[in-house]
Amino acid sequence: MVLIYIDQADQEIKKASLEAISYGAALAKQLGTHAEALVLGTVKEDLSSLGKYGASKVHQVANDSLNHFDARVNSIVAAEAIKTIGADVVVFAHNTNGKAVAPAVAVKLNAGIVTGASALPKTDNGFVVTKTVFSGKAFASLKIETAIKVITINQNSFGIQLTEGTASVESLAISVPASTIKITAVNKVEGEIPLTEASLVVSGGRGLKGPENWGILLDLAKSLGASTACSRPVSDADWRPHHEHVGQTGIQIAPNLYIAIGISGAIQHLAGVNRSKTIVVINKDPEAPFFKAADYGVVGDAFEVVPALTAAIIKSKAGA
Amino acid sequence: MKVLVCISKTPDTTAKIAFTEGNTKFDENGVQWIINPYDEWYSLVRAIELKEKDPTVTIHLVTVSGADAEPIIRKALALGGDEAIRVNNTSNDSMVVAQEIAAVAKEGAYDLILTGKETIDYNSASIGSMLSALLDQNYIAPATKLEIDGTKALVTREIDGGEETAETNLPVIVSCQKGMAEQRIPNMRGIMAARTKPLKVVEASIQTATTSIQQFDLPPAKSGVKLIDPTQMDELVRLLKEEAKVI
Repeated sequence: MVLIYIDQADQEIKKASLEAISYGAALAKQLGTHAEALVLGTVKEDLSSLGKYGASKVHQVANDSLNHFDARVNSIVAAEAIKTIGADVVVFAHNTNGKAVAPAVAVKLNAGIVTGASALPKTDNGFVVTKTVFSGKAFASLKIETAIKVITINQNSFGIQLTEGTASVESLAISVPASTIKITAVNKVEGEIPLTEASLVVSGGRGLKGPENWGILLDLAKSLGASTACSRPVSDADWRPHHEHVGQTGIQIAPNLYIAIGISGAIQHLAGVNRSKTIVVINKDPEAPFFKAADYGVVGDAFEVVPALTAAIIKSKAGA
Repeated sequence: MKVLVCISKTPDTTAKIAFTEGNTKFDENGVQWIINPYDEWYSLVRAIELKEKDPTVTIHLVTVSGADAEPIIRKALALGGDEAIRVNNTSNDSMVVAQEIAAVAKEGAYDLILTGKETIDYNSASIGSMLSALLDQNYIAPATKLEIDGTKALVTREIDGGEETAETNLPVIVSCQKGMAEQRIPNMRGIMAARTKPLKVVEASIQTATTSIQQFDLPPAKSGVKLIDPTQMDELVRLLKEEAKVI
């Protein structure tokens, strides 16, 4: 059986976990078994609806103290639950909380783990998982040698796949150790889609010349319903907040569409965005290295091209 | 307070990524090795800053690697580590590496263990979490701020769409990323002092890997950029809609 660990924040299931269910369900089909999900804590969603993503059953440890994420507590409870349920493969989303919990769970289950998987495992000869390495510059295929296998799956690499069906929900009695971490402050940027979950991202670099010029980029993002990002020099100069910095040392993202405006495309920046499905580069320098990594390029002045693109998108949406 | 900083040897960020032996091994030919940036810029420098505030802090470095990691260990000592331990195990299985570090950590009874958010070669982001299970200690990741107040740690970590700050008693394991500290360059006095700082070599004790690398692959080359005239933005929108199908 393939078990998917469901991550939640503020009692809402993370989108990355829905993708993990779709991945787990496809893997289960490949292995001739079924997929079940594990929810720690209480969430607002109707858990039977997880059947839509491919889970036939949902196990829930319905203890409210699990609604506040604590890596140590979550990994202890998850490992106990998995031992009780019994699973051959455990799938996590490769998001902030998944990365913090999955390796600890692997230790507790004596399981081999591959983090950051980019595709379904090959299971015709052993169990071989392909993951991105060298910050997206290569792939490695790793064979997991243990009886139980743990995988974390890269966000936006598989996609959410809807199916028919509802899941049965079963409550699981697992004792929950007390957390010894006290959350003293939470600082959330309200109303924005987290960059790692965004499917459309518009990003700006030094070519925009100053924070006062960000209006054209924000207009473009608004016309698309996209999130905004920036390059390292931009966040270092405080033109944009640090949480918008994508790149090797910032956030690594894999949206469906990444539009880079006035970003030359240094190797460190590419390491953060090279898993994007489609890359559009707008730059006035035809020699900018980013064009080599792009699917579509516009050589031109951002101050003319970007408003024209925004107008074209608005026109296209109005027509549709 | 005793701090253990986990250090990994990685290829330089601009290194050419190529493979040998039928695509089963990373081609080390001509590669310049560095301390994994997350380990150096963020965890090690933050440990040094804590020591500058409180001179009773001692900083131990641990790396699980062959003897070819010694230049980067000396650099870490030059930056400000007090002693280093190299576990002579060249495994690239995270589970093996974590178990070796856990053995060192148990022996040293550290108050604080720092790791980088991930290494820039295997991108596993696993060691801190594994240590938390092996040592049964709290783990906070990925952290952007860390303050120590007596026996307590105040740690700010990134969450989706923001940050949260947590308080916990020591010992604790923290994975470090951008925000934690700023990059430093070792000075001559540090480099001289590093030559005589203790670097202990411990023999490998864990042999059983849970995973093995079968093959490396380079991503398929992009078919080439399609250039669109700056006056033809309607065409770009059409391509994004009909060809790429992303909007």
